[in-house]
Amino acid sequence: MGPIDAAAVQSALDRFAGREVYLHLETTNGAYAARDSENAMAICAYIRNGRVRYHRGVIRGDGPYRVGLKMDEGWIYAEGLTDWEVDAEGRLLMAGHDSEGRLAIALELSLTPFRM
Amino acid sequence: MERHVLVVYPHPDDETFASGGTIALHTRAGTPVTYLCGTLGQMGRNMGKPFFANRETLPAVREKELRAACEALGIRDLRLMGLRDKTVEFEDQEELADRILAVMREIRPSLVITYYPGFAVHPDHNALGAATVRAVEKLPPEERPVVHCSAFARDTREKLGDPDVIIDISSVRDVKLAAIRAHRSQSEAMMARMERDPAYRAQREATLRQEVYWTYRV
Repeated sequence: MGPIDAAAVQSALDRFAGREVYLHLETTNGAYAARDSENAMAICAYIRNGRVRYHRGVIRGDGPYRVGLKMDEGWIYAEGLTDWEVDAEGRLLMAGHDSEGRLAIALELSLTPFRM
Repeated sequence: MERHVLVVYPHPDDETFASGGTIALHTRAGTPVTYLCGTLGQMGRNMGKPFFANRETLPAVREKELRAACEALGIRDLRLMGLRDKTVEFEDQEELADRILAVMREIRPSLVITYYPGFAVHPDHNALGAATVRAVEKLPPEERPVVHCSAFARDTREKLGDPDVIIDISSVRDVKLAAIRAHRSQSEAMMARMERDPAYRAQREATLRQEVYWTYRV
């Protein structure tokens, strides 16, 4: 993965638009957040292999970036994206890393299911 | 000397951070150690520093690191349970216990090392620790191994008292450190912080001198 090139990500989002795609979406602040700080809660959410279809996908921001995917009946949203790649399997992987290189958010799209 | 040690933890690197020194002492004494590792830590957020893994490459990266760490620690019997990170508590708990029980019946460990249920912070730690304790409870009393539990919740000492098992691991400090380095994707950020933060370094150094456990009374 490398730093997001917004124009290249936009082209990739356009390629997946209108197709049935598998979605991986997650955010986390670490399983030890509550132990390491008195005032924090551990927060995490993930969806793996949600099947979705969006007709409009847009990347916005100056970095970190935001991506919104507009579906007929809803939205998919991610904020804090810093890095991306299209991997050897043609999947669009986007992630937000903090200053320690730790993943804080991920948004990924694929035409085939992500491995369990 | 133990006859056979069974280690049950959910994530690649738990064995190293919680019990690397203890395991190295057992394998150096000639005691076989079997490690039942629950997941591949697929949902870990550490990706190396600078990061070199991503969400999709992480499982294979961590499995390779785990095998290298086991090599360093002298673990010759590594068994992967194939569960998914963060989901252990949602699995059928009796089925999990039965899978662990089957391994216990096969290798007949004299000592089991796992996390203390309810005092190990991460839900996967607590769930797999509980399944392991449940497995031991299913054995007839005369066949039950001793169970040593690692615990690091903030309220551990308040609720459980001081640990009753204190292992001096200073003689295998370098072995534990080698295993930590083998888990490169998970330890690089920690190593970098040790370099720049003396208080953090002192805290981590303590874990290279001693490992402590609470005996679980089944």
